[in-house]
Amino acid sequence: MKRVVIVGGGVGGTLVANLVSRKLARQIDTGTASVTVIDIAGEHVYQPGFMYIAMGHQKPGGLVRPERGLLDKRVRLEVGEVARVDEQAQLVELSDGTRLHYDELILASGSRVLPELIDGFAEEAHHFYGPEAAQRLRTALDTFVGGKVVIGIAGMPYKCPPAPLEVAFLIDSELRDRGLREKSELHFCSPIGRAFTIKSVSEMATPILAEKGIELHTFFNVETIDRERKLVRSLEGEELAYDLLILVPPHRGAQFLIDSNFAPAPGGWLPTDKHTLEVGGRANVHALGDATDLPLSKAGSTAHFEAPIVAERVAAAIEGRAPDVEKGSYTGKVMCFFEVGDGKGTLLQFDYDHPPKPPTPNRLWHLGKLAFNKAYWMTVPRGRV
Amino acid sequence: MLVSDAAAMTRTIDARGSYCPGPLMELIRAIREGSVGDVIVVYSSDNGSKLDIPKWVEKAGHRLIELAPRDGYDEIVVEKLR
Repeated sequence: MKRVVIVGGGVGGTLVANLVSRKLARQIDTGTASVTVIDIAGEHVYQPGFMYIAMGHQKPGGLVRPERGLLDKRVRLEVGEVARVDEQAQLVELSDGTRLHYDELILASGSRVLPELIDGFAEEAHHFYGPEAAQRLRTALDTFVGGKVVIGIAGMPYKCPPAPLEVAFLIDSELRDRGLREKSELHFCSPIGRAFTIKSVSEMATPILAEKGIELHTFFNVETIDRERKLVRSLEGEELAYDLLILVPPHRGAQFLIDSNFAPAPGGWLPTDKHTLEVGGRANVHALGDATDLPLSKAGSTAHFEAPIVAERVAAAIEGRAPDVEKGSYTGKVMCFFEVGDGKGTLLQFDYDHPPKPPTPNRLWHLGKLAFNKAYWMTVPRGRV
Repeated sequence: MLVSDAAAMTRTIDARGSYCPGPLMELIRAIREGSVGDVIVVYSSDNGSKLDIPKWVEKAGHRLIELAPRDGYDEIVVEKLR
């Protein structure tokens, strides 16, 4: 029996499980192979929807479905928390002591948000990287009557890189709709020397920030929050007063990856080959999604386009053949929508060799994103797109 | 001898193969963790670093000791001043 063990039931883990199980259907049916997904809660969460909770367009309940219902019937689901991976023994141990042996290991363990790494974050700052936090931000926006809104990034890398800019644009639209924009200042703080990591996207977004009167602060790496004076300070020595503070929390990879010597501290991101998606030169360990250290967006879209490559390589290993040269090599493909407010959006599509050329924002791409949010459950995790 | 060899280097960050803003973020982490007077060397093969890092160093109030092209990468030496 050849065993494929997948850690994580997010976009990447669920999709790769379904794709591998299809490729190995005969072996699974005859008992010579197995595919198991380990997920901490047994629930699949559509994380891109969190931002829409904060913006008042989404209810939290619609973003969660049972993981079992999204998996091919040939895939086993193990609900539990991974404590460690024993590389020598080729086994994954859960916190309840359960041990799962593997021949092929796929790490799709995502990323963690850790607001507690910034002193005062929990008391003073809002974020939209979880359903409860997003709902609290929605409540704060509902009671906002004008003032200084500061939107910043308290650590890189982080999930869904366009999201802070999108939130800035959407809050600007909302405040104008509510007649509060004249009574408000909007500040957008970027840790790097421009509005967005990718130059072409930055060149698209910067004029929109200016047009909307959102002040851009570059090289603003959040250092401290002064609760008494309602100030956020940067490592670079700048300080901004706020009435409403919205910060992307620091992100880290899964702790068990650090504890098992798969990923270096403190980040916990897996050293991953950009084409083969092998982890640290290990032929039988692959990674996808947020868990990797690849220079790409930490986004469901990245995991979506990585999953077929991992599936091909893992199925080939189980079948004792070489992976298909083209299907088994990741090109860095990512595709995601980008809201710019006022009912408009654009599309970011790129790979390692081709930076995005976002089309002029229009209503179509905004509607495309809304349609995708609804169609997600029937398409992406099931491998239908 | 490299120019930077003359300085007492506290920490070397080999960010070759990492893409923008990776080398800058690694430098920022080292500055955060370091002490005033530390000298940090960054090796970066990303072309953006030789523009971004000096701009960041100036804004953050530190000192750029050296920016020198090497074989396929740049060596950037920064002193933490505050």
